[in-house]
Amino acid sequence: MTDVRTETPSAELIAEREILAPEPGFREAFSRVVLDRPSTQIAFVVVIIFILVAVLAPLIAPYDPLRQSMLRINQTPTAQHWLGTDQFGRDVLSRLIHGSRKSLIFGLLSPVFAAFFGTILGVAAGYFGGIVDRVISRIIDMLMAFPELLLAILIAAALGGSFWNIVVVLTVAFTPGFARVARASTLSVKQEPYVEAAIAAGVSTPHIIIRHIIPNISAPIVVLMALWSASSIRIEATLSFLGIGTRPPNPSWGNIIRDGLNSMFATQWPIFAGGLAITIVVLAISIIGDSVRDHLDPETNQ
Amino acid sequence: MARYLILRLLDMVPTLFLVLTLVFVAMRILPGDPALAVLGQNADGGQLEAFRERMGLNDPLWLQYVRFLWDAVRLDFGRSLMTDVPIRTLIANNLPHTVYLTITSVALGMTVGIPLGIYAATQRNKWPDNALRLYSLIGYSVPDFYLAAILLVVFSLQLGWFPINGAGVGFWGGLHHILLPAITLAFLKSAFMGRLTRTSLLEVMGRDYVRTARAKGAREGRVIFRHSLRNALLPLSTGLGLSILATLSGSVAVELVFNRPGIGRLLITAIQERDYPVIQAGVMMFAFFVILVNLFMDLVYIIVDPRIRVKS
Repeated sequence: MTDVRTETPSAELIAEREILAPEPGFREAFSRVVLDRPSTQIAFVVVIIFILVAVLAPLIAPYDPLRQSMLRINQTPTAQHWLGTDQFGRDVLSRLIHGSRKSLIFGLLSPVFAAFFGTILGVAAGYFGGIVDRVISRIIDMLMAFPELLLAILIAAALGGSFWNIVVVLTVAFTPGFARVARASTLSVKQEPYVEAAIAAGVSTPHIIIRHIIPNISAPIVVLMALWSASSIRIEATLSFLGIGTRPPNPSWGNIIRDGLNSMFATQWPIFAGGLAITIVVLAISIIGDSVRDHLDPETNQ
Repeated sequence: MARYLILRLLDMVPTLFLVLTLVFVAMRILPGDPALAVLGQNADGGQLEAFRERMGLNDPLWLQYVRFLWDAVRLDFGRSLMTDVPIRTLIANNLPHTVYLTITSVALGMTVGIPLGIYAATQRNKWPDNALRLYSLIGYSVPDFYLAAILLVVFSLQLGWFPINGAGVGFWGGLHHILLPAITLAFLKSAFMGRLTRTSLLEVMGRDYVRTARAKGAREGRVIFRHSLRNALLPLSTGLGLSILATLSGSVAVELVFNRPGIGRLLITAIQERDYPVIQAGVMMFAFFVILVNLFMDLVYIIVDPRIRVKS
């Protein structure tokens, strides 16, 4: 098929432009979402700081997060140890800084994987319909019946909590949500004139899916990724807290609190610091996700 | 109605079957030899062999599967590898505590959350509405176990108002022990229900019949409670279901922090001790719970919304 559109801007092209409703450029959309409210601006700065801390952890952490010392266990904050030390004499601040890496990795990896698999499943179900739809929807429904955290605990219980197991666990837990959204969006996009036109013009199915369906269902998927990355950080922390996530002695925000609870009679700083870190980051990501959602779907929050 | 119920009950069978099969497969694909994992590296060949024989691990897979299903149907979960106590006894000792915690926290969360949501909806975009928005965002962001730890440190450890662990004896003892764990779990629920009540109420309040009610001069209270809230009940019952389910996962961490007996702590302890039969039973209990709650919610739907009853 030769591309005639580059030569003469035909009536179809103009019509197609109108149907497609020009997407705002990324920078424009970004500034509208982020600069809209002060709360979102602060949240955005927090997330950037969090990412910087995670990336630069070895450079900015004052001590080795694994170095133990029996001479200074369970200390409250001092000039040397801003957040004190834990039951093994390890520097809590350094563990917190290094722990941010785990949260960042899980916050990014699982939502991306889940979005990938969920979109494939959802688009397949929505586009092909029939038996494909029925099988996929049935599986989605069954998985959706389980709360993500419970699903994660159950799978981690069965598989054990290595790094990749947690990634798999969270991916499985999040995939149904993406699949459901992708399916619903595909069903509505499939009715659009440009998709029907493409089908009528004999465009191949993979081409229709990649060029026409996926770009037009991407907005809700991206929002969901932002929201799940907050959940992902919280669930990883919970699993590590329960002792089935990140294995000690490696630091993670969840197991810092777990260790803190064991020595709570001596110092409560690890508990407060670890929990505050989780809360602030999850809150910041949720605020951003929230304003992106409001931006995309202004009706829900008029 | 009866037909719907029967259909719905039949619908549970494949789900239950799938869950059981998944549990069976998951326990069999575990890396490593379960006998070795349980008895440790020092066990000799004879002990390992005896263990495998006792657990039926030498039988063909299909026979293990059939036996597993049969045991599950009879609710016979075997014995704990660590304590040799029948798992049925373990569950009987722990389940009531998780149920009490679920009921108390859901009730508490609803009692706080729904009025907050109603008030915010009537004060849209004013400060109570924004306050609820902030409250619910914080509610979503604070992990259960962190809130539990803070409450424990502040109210039990430092102020000494509440006990540090256990479940208490008698009604007042039980209440004294359950309060902090229930508040922990209720916090997220009230945030969630508040937000949900507000959103669904606002959606309903934009409808024509609400405008009509206002036009004919109905008092505001009547408009909200009679015309709006009743029609917002469906999303609210979905919220109730999700809240109950969230308690199941939340209870795991909370039971651990408050050192409170319950199915969640039973499961986590079993995972740490590699007590496979108990893990298996715990996982199944949670799965049954989820399926039951979903069934219960479907029943609530047909009570709340008669249209569903007619359609089915």
